[in-house]
Amino acid sequence: MKYAYYPGCSLMESAREFDVSVRAVMVRLGAELVEIPDWTCCGASAAEPVSKLMNYALPARNLAIAQDALPGMDILAPCSACYLNLLKVNREVVGERHLHGQVNEVLAASGLTYRGGVPVRHLLDVLLNDVGAGIMAQKVTRSLEGMKLAPYYGCQILRPYAVFDSPGRPTSMEPIIRAMGGEVHEWECGNRCCGASLMVGHRDVALRSVAAILDQAAGADAVVTVCPLCQMNLEAYQGDAVKAGGRRIPVLYLTQIMGLAMGLGESEVQLGKNLTLNAGARRGIETRAWSVTLQAEGAEPGRAAGAEQSIPDQARTGKMNNLNKGGNHV
Amino acid sequence: MSETITRTWSPEGDETRIALTELRDMVGACMQCGTCTASCPNWYAMDVTPRRMWRMVQFGMIDDILKSRTFWLCSSCYMCTLRCPRGLRLTSAMGALKRLARLDGARQARRNGAFYEAFMSDVEANGRLQEASMMQGYFLRRMDPRLPMAFLPLGLRMLGKGKLHLPSRAQRGRLGPMFAKARQMEAGS
Repeated sequence: MKYAYYPGCSLMESAREFDVSVRAVMVRLGAELVEIPDWTCCGASAAEPVSKLMNYALPARNLAIAQDALPGMDILAPCSACYLNLLKVNREVVGERHLHGQVNEVLAASGLTYRGGVPVRHLLDVLLNDVGAGIMAQKVTRSLEGMKLAPYYGCQILRPYAVFDSPGRPTSMEPIIRAMGGEVHEWECGNRCCGASLMVGHRDVALRSVAAILDQAAGADAVVTVCPLCQMNLEAYQGDAVKAGGRRIPVLYLTQIMGLAMGLGESEVQLGKNLTLNAGARRGIETRAWSVTLQAEGAEPGRAAGAEQSIPDQARTGKMNNLNKGGNHV
Repeated sequence: MSETITRTWSPEGDETRIALTELRDMVGACMQCGTCTASCPNWYAMDVTPRRMWRMVQFGMIDDILKSRTFWLCSSCYMCTLRCPRGLRLTSAMGALKRLARLDGARQARRNGAFYEAFMSDVEANGRLQEASMMQGYFLRRMDPRLPMAFLPLGLRMLGKGKLHLPSRAQRGRLGPMFAKARQMEAGS
């Protein structure tokens, strides 16, 4: 398995831990990633409001390079916006003679032409359909037993083009979480919008969405996602979201959790870069203390006091407190 | 009704007229079922519902369209596009509305479009987006001194976690010729 890897700008900047963990996990799974040489930005969701042509020409440039430099390889794009933008060129430009001609005219300024036909794949698609849950389960050396994860898909990997999962009720992360030995948190927010770039210009609107999502994650040990912007929105603004009705919870990349389950150390999946994770919480994950601490803390009177919940819930509350306050309880 | 007609033929620049015609093609088949509004996560913050916006486009009510903040509140989640029974590409239409407002150049468009403009100008300069310099560009465009302060705590936390980086120059200027070509083509269309 060899893929033309398109990391995208976020994964080189604030989401570097996503890039590092994707590469590490794919190596473990026996796949080879060849980075598209000289790749540039896909325009994310900022190109469309500015220029219709650049909205298509920016991703088309990367497709054209992959077509010439890495023939025969599928493109693997872990970022949701990158994935959709690259896919959009195949769906909306190729075959539309006038538009395709215009896009190639823009590309010609860089000496490129995109003929079409380079398959664009999302990370989840590749994991499920090329690797398979069976192979993934075989690679697990430290099961995530006792860890409940809320799969958060976001918008653009399944909408408007539902290639590998149902956009109304996505489930593609569930076999992966189960293969790692983890438990799936059942919720309705997996495909809810996090507000995306509205967080920059209209923060109050995006915060309302983030707060609703974080609220529904109650009961899970962590939210896992595959989108760098979702991860940033759900993680970086938790302080404000808590005031708007959300709650604090670690937000990790799916590949970080997969890496840990496959025996990688926390530095190998760069757990230290997550804003919601402090030293204690990191150690809790790394030593697979999820199920162990559940019982230990249930018996701890100080933490459970005052909580009007059943015993298992008290234990979970205590664990969550520790996660967020960084208490070293292992 | 006569008021609507007057607006339809109100004098507009060529680019604006072309943009509006393109938009009317995109949503011409809208049958006003309201599924888009019901699917929108941000509808409550909009002054005109998405359904009404498509009607306004069909009527060519350009002044009212440009006054609205509805399309600036589209977060590109594609739920309306997914559910539209007519198969209209409504999220793209929201993008086209943002472009239309940009052509008009109103103050509201400069403020609401500042993020997209900053993003694209950073991409044009650097080839790959550099988050720190993009945010600087955004602050400059907004010209609101409170804004950088609002992002300062997050910036410091990101710095502490090693999430802010010096700009990479590897792809600098790589996209200049393509941007220039697209600008030339879009001005001449």
